[in-house]
Amino acid sequence: MNKNLRVKSGKIIDETYRISFQFNGKTYYGFQGDTLASALLANDVHLVARSFKYHRPRGIMTAGSEEPNAIVQLHDNSDRTEPNVRATEIEIYEGLVASSQNCWPTVNFDIGGINNFLSPLLPAGFYYKTFMWPASLWEKYEYFIRKSAGLGKSPTKADPDVYEHRYIHCDVLVIGSGISGIIAAKISAKNGFKTLLVEEKPNLGGSTIYQNSDHFKINNQNSGSWLDKEINEIKKLKNLEIKTRTSVAAYHGYNFLLARESLTDHLPIEQRKGKTRHRLLKIRAKKVISATGSIERPMIFDNNDRPGILLSSSIKRYVDLFGVACGEKNILFTNNDSAYETAISLIQKGINIEAIIDNREEIDSRLVYEVEKNNIKIFKGFTVTDTGGYKRIKRISIMQLSKDGQKVIGSKINISCDCLGVSGGWTPAVHLFTQSGGKLKFRDEDQTFIPDSYPSDQLSIGACNGDLTLDEILGNVPQVLKKFLNIEATEYANLETLSSTNKSKRNIWLLPTDKILGKTKSFVDFQNDSTAKDIKLALREGFRSIEHVKRYTTTGMGTDQGKLGNMHALGIISETADAKMGKLGTTTFRPPYTPLTFGTIVGRNVGEFFDVFRKTPMHEWHTDNKAEFENVGQWKRAWYYPKNNEDMHQAVQRESKAARESAGILDASTLGKIDIQGTDASEFLNRVYTNAWSKLAVGKCRYGLMLNEDGMVYDDGVTTRLDENHYIMTTTTGGAANVMSKLEDYLQTEWPELDVYLTSVTDHFATVSVCGPNSKKIISQVIPDLDFSDKNFPHMSFKNAKIGKINCRVMRISFTGEQSYEINIQANYGKSVWEKCMEAGKDYNITPYGTETMHLLRAEKGFIIVGQDTDATMTPIDLQMDWIVSKKKYDFIGKRSLYRSDTIREDRKQLVGLLTEDPNEILEEGAQIVADVNKSPIEMLGHITSSYYSPNLKKSIALGVVKGGKNRMGQKLIIPMEKKNINVTVADPVFLDKENKRLNA
Amino acid sequence: MFIINCPFCGERDQSEFKAGGEAHIIRPKQPTELSDDEWAEYLFMRKNIKGVQFERWNHIHGCRKWFNVVRNTSNDEIKAVYKMGEKPPSY
Amino acid sequence: MKKKYSIFSLIKNSFSYHENWGKAWKDPEPKKEYDAIIVGGGGHGLATAYYLAKKHEMKNIAVVEKGWIGGGNTGRNTTIIRSNYLWDASAGLYDHALKIWENLSQELNYNVMFSQRGVMNLAHNLQDVRDLKRRTHANRLNGIDAVYLNTDEVKKFCPIINTSPDIRYPVLGGTLQKRAGTARHDAVAWGYARGADSMGVDIIQNCEVKGIKRDGDKVDGIETTKGFIKTNKIGVVAAGHSSVIANMAGLRLPLESKPLQALVSEPVKPIIDTVVMSNAVHAYVSQSDKGELVIGAGTDDYISYSQKGSHEIVEGTLNAILELYPLFSRMRMLRQWGGIVDICPDASPIISKTSIKGLYFNCGWGTGGFKATPGSGDLFAHTIANDEPHKLNAAFNLNRFTSGDLVDEHGAAAVAH
Repeated sequence: MNKNLRVKSGKIIDETYRISFQFNGKTYYGFQGDTLASALLANDVHLVARSFKYHRPRGIMTAGSEEPNAIVQLHDNSDRTEPNVRATEIEIYEGLVASSQNCWPTVNFDIGGINNFLSPLLPAGFYYKTFMWPASLWEKYEYFIRKSAGLGKSPTKADPDVYEHRYIHCDVLVIGSGISGIIAAKISAKNGFKTLLVEEKPNLGGSTIYQNSDHFKINNQNSGSWLDKEINEIKKLKNLEIKTRTSVAAYHGYNFLLARESLTDHLPIEQRKGKTRHRLLKIRAKKVISATGSIERPMIFDNNDRPGILLSSSIKRYVDLFGVACGEKNILFTNNDSAYETAISLIQKGINIEAIIDNREEIDSRLVYEVEKNNIKIFKGFTVTDTGGYKRIKRISIMQLSKDGQKVIGSKINISCDCLGVSGGWTPAVHLFTQSGGKLKFRDEDQTFIPDSYPSDQLSIGACNGDLTLDEILGNVPQVLKKFLNIEATEYANLETLSSTNKSKRNIWLLPTDKILGKTKSFVDFQNDSTAKDIKLALREGFRSIEHVKRYTTTGMGTDQGKLGNMHALGIISETADAKMGKLGTTTFRPPYTPLTFGTIVGRNVGEFFDVFRKTPMHEWHTDNKAEFENVGQWKRAWYYPKNNEDMHQAVQRESKAARESAGILDASTLGKIDIQGTDASEFLNRVYTNAWSKLAVGKCRYGLMLNEDGMVYDDGVTTRLDENHYIMTTTTGGAANVMSKLEDYLQTEWPELDVYLTSVTDHFATVSVCGPNSKKIISQVIPDLDFSDKNFPHMSFKNAKIGKINCRVMRISFTGEQSYEINIQANYGKSVWEKCMEAGKDYNITPYGTETMHLLRAEKGFIIVGQDTDATMTPIDLQMDWIVSKKKYDFIGKRSLYRSDTIREDRKQLVGLLTEDPNEILEEGAQIVADVNKSPIEMLGHITSSYYSPNLKKSIALGVVKGGKNRMGQKLIIPMEKKNINVTVADPVFLDKENKRLNA
Repeated sequence: MFIINCPFCGERDQSEFKAGGEAHIIRPKQPTELSDDEWAEYLFMRKNIKGVQFERWNHIHGCRKWFNVVRNTSNDEIKAVYKMGEKPPSY
Repeated sequence: MKKKYSIFSLIKNSFSYHENWGKAWKDPEPKKEYDAIIVGGGGHGLATAYYLAKKHEMKNIAVVEKGWIGGGNTGRNTTIIRSNYLWDASAGLYDHALKIWENLSQELNYNVMFSQRGVMNLAHNLQDVRDLKRRTHANRLNGIDAVYLNTDEVKKFCPIINTSPDIRYPVLGGTLQKRAGTARHDAVAWGYARGADSMGVDIIQNCEVKGIKRDGDKVDGIETTKGFIKTNKIGVVAAGHSSVIANMAGLRLPLESKPLQALVSEPVKPIIDTVVMSNAVHAYVSQSDKGELVIGAGTDDYISYSQKGSHEIVEGTLNAILELYPLFSRMRMLRQWGGIVDICPDASPIISKTSIKGLYFNCGWGTGGFKATPGSGDLFAHTIANDEPHKLNAAFNLNRFTSGDLVDEHGAAAVAH
């Protein structure tokens, strides 16, 4: 049975509400308000984890998000499992199941622990120096390295939880709800600023809230009670939104911040259903006040990592806030006054303190006197040199420090204990400040980096600004806020403060021992097992930059991002390399401040919300008729309509035949449509297309090819002159948005003198295309009032018409080579017109066809598809479309590029038709084309861009690009496939109806 | 993510805009009279300045207007915004 | 000659508590004059110096680096190495590099941890399928080991990919290059630095180039924060900042420098044992030896030297990751960072002489320069030493922007009717 170390109800613990949870398969009990760490400590469980590299036993070291050691797997093997959760952050709930990670078979007996004994062979960067011989074995070595690395286990199932985003715009964002943050939030909100206060912990008040000693008073109350009242007041303020369990992850430029609001992680699993797990707050704040506090520093000495060694302030937090003693035989080890605050708390609760070891020799401090009054032995001018115990600290060794602090002197004293609290002073939490681009300055007195200059409208206050004592905070914070918020006065001008902390500190980054350094393990980065000697090794090997040392030793690269040890690493580098701390710089604090769940960042953009589905007005008809769809950009386009278990090939053959023999119908609504109006519309088209437009008569249509400025084909489509100054342009489906943007760009920035207006109308119209020898008969039933005679309505012309009372535009244009009509109608009538056409076409076996058949039909005619038959290297000349490039026009987009030394080459790749020797052999799109397979290396002449079996020609046809293809007509070439070579002949790319008779058939 | 003060709509989040690269590169009026080198200069060569850059932006998810921005590319600080055709401010 | 690294030297040194290891490279002050100076101490620059010394007998050379070596894109990329490029010129260049990678740890006596765990590229629409098949055929004929996989084969090779046909952009197939993989980025810079240093190359850190001194149409030396250094050959390999150096010499380059972001998750036990790239959905993921998921995000569209990109790029990337790997939803992002990549209009690099005699540029690698590091260094060294390109980098000259003979690796515009 584990001991019960619950001493007295802590401030936030509800002892009437007992909660059971499991850790490593064993059931324990805690209370509402406990974190997993506090509950385990209450059960006297310290050993919770194994370290990354040496698999050393590790315990709980802190009480917050800076925890390097106590990280666990939650709900292993369930769909809510989560690796690497800090026991110090997770609040317990009924049914919580947690287990230790990175150990096998158990945390108590871990085979990997052998690494600790191999550690002499595993200094920093050992892997760069070995595993090289023989070369072929690296991947075998690596297999084991990878297996032993990693911490927890990735989930293997989809996440049952949902996440969401919320945008918040506020006047003032206050980060952190310690005493500084509470004061800031109150002043801000009371002065009319819309204020948001965020706090990563479940409760407000920071570390002051449980400060109930007579040594810290505000207006003659103890500081905790004073703050309690303030918090009660701010909760009533209208202008203030308070968010707890909300951790600011990233501080980007222009005061854009991301924060994670945790909504259900503290609830029993069964209460989470239907609730959002995390909400990502995307905050734009006019002003930001950082009150992020400070993080206590550990001390760097031999074996400073054993379970039972905690930060001194965490021991205080556990006892005051959670009512948990971390041990029965406590020792505190410090270089400053704050460990005495912990001592006073322990004394108040009647918890035994064996001794206090203080680096300082002479201390004139009220706190120290108070502790001394309680007959606690204080070793002044001493240091811890080593610790004993394996799975739990059992004793410490101490020795006296020399005057200069570089050596230990005298004899060694051993003291037994089961818990050691360490305090190396405080590091302001400047992470978010530096993320925002803020520059730091170094303060020599207590060896800290504090904010220097701000890149945006923001302010750091309180401990994160280097004001580490109560009187400094209360003295400075109201003053700087007055200026920052530009307000008259604050209610905090005349506070009466009692603060007993003496600021003296004896900072020694790496504490001396009686051993040589090579024999010690003084951890600087606890999670990554990087030690002081590793840092010195890196320096010895020439890694001088702090970033090099970090990368070589992996210091600061764990899941805690070195919140505890980075300063010591810097300090050791500075001392070893004899460089000034301020000059060394710091490593970059990279976002996020604490790791952020992918699901939180993604929010609702998962599954069906990953990307927009664009559907045509006839989409429902296509699904009802069992169409298969293909993705074209964001559009879902009907690909083919299988009937009676047809496969794609069979369906496409049937559809293609029907379209040529009688009638086919295609949903062409996805093509981009741009409405162009203005007196200079014709001139505009002259400039953007390769061909001439001025002479196009009203009511006529023309095909156009658009180039990039570098001469390469960009898009194509038919444009119709609706009126003197009014055109409608069509673009490819995928290219619509880019064409629109490009045209706007030229119009607004290069040719502002042109009177032209562009409007995207893609979604405004539905387009039904009916083609085939019977198309005219069908379409004239749908629009009986229109004269469809070839004379009145020839190919490449357009008519306004009505279907019932609804206006529509009918174009007689063809992408299949058949006689073909396109009805463009207001989108909401699209489905009804489609159905009308189907009805009218019943007697003609009208056959809906999809994009695959469309591709086949146009390939029979040798029509290109931009993006399939072209890539960004094809000019219109390469496509053998010289006819569309106006020689007369002075200029158009891309013209000049067609005359460069490379683009005028005769032997560029050119579009040709290809016919296989065996008419049933269908070539693979993408296959390469060569002339000689025996040459080495084989010279590739080009590739197949489009390939089909044509049911109308009863043979396989293909389009491809071939070097000098224009001059290879009739030549035999080879398609070298993996297992065979296929013989082909270069042919005219127009395979069917070269005379275009079918257009008027 | 910076905030851009669209001269037509006011301050908006950067995600509403599309960048258009270096500003004030004027498309040659008579491209056919340029040498291949001169044309390449227009087409591809860029100052790509580290520091204060005059550049084009498009409020593509807003008014769709193009305009110019003066921005320090080393820290993304926007110094000025002005419409197409307006005289560039001096920096 | 430096002491050789091996398991034996490691054991030997453990007896002296590793206190007798020598410096991996010296940190000298610059001499007054060098036969050649490489500007930029990233992987490419250090490799260039290494091969200049090793293959071209040039010993009096220096690498000058503004910050610390390997601190630019070398230390910021997602370490993907592959050579399955479409065009002959690119395939030749990247496969040359890949062949060097295959023996690089032994050559440098420094474990760069090149792991041929394979790289898969996924197809999500019919044009992707055509493009990937086209590339695979071209690769095969160019002697590059790429194969096309159908959806089931993709799933078999990487079981955690969501290959359900019901997702927004289902996986229609993919390609696999088994010789491709990843390496340890820092080790590449450090290994080349150690190797170059041992042949007498001066690696000078914290030395920023402030100007390029010309004597008529040829170079005469560089002005730096450590003073003037004379030389008549300058090789610039300053990815991200290539244009800044070019401007000092009065040149303009066809480059734009843009933010490129990447991120890693917290480390977990092995879950994905290959590299998977999806262009269409835009998700690139692999797992480092340490256990972190390494995820490449995209570039922003604006020019910036701030080493910061916009959050929406990261969000978009993770959207795509969860689309293809829904099991990663509860994984956590540990670190996110940005680099500056300089991008050519055709997404291919420049390894070229310039109009100024003695001034050479190696730049424009865009988002994919890491994989080329050894090949790029070798070919750039050849170009500098001989004042003319090797046949493998001849196509990557500056003149292509005038002639129009681009090496367009953007490939198809992915537009279809």
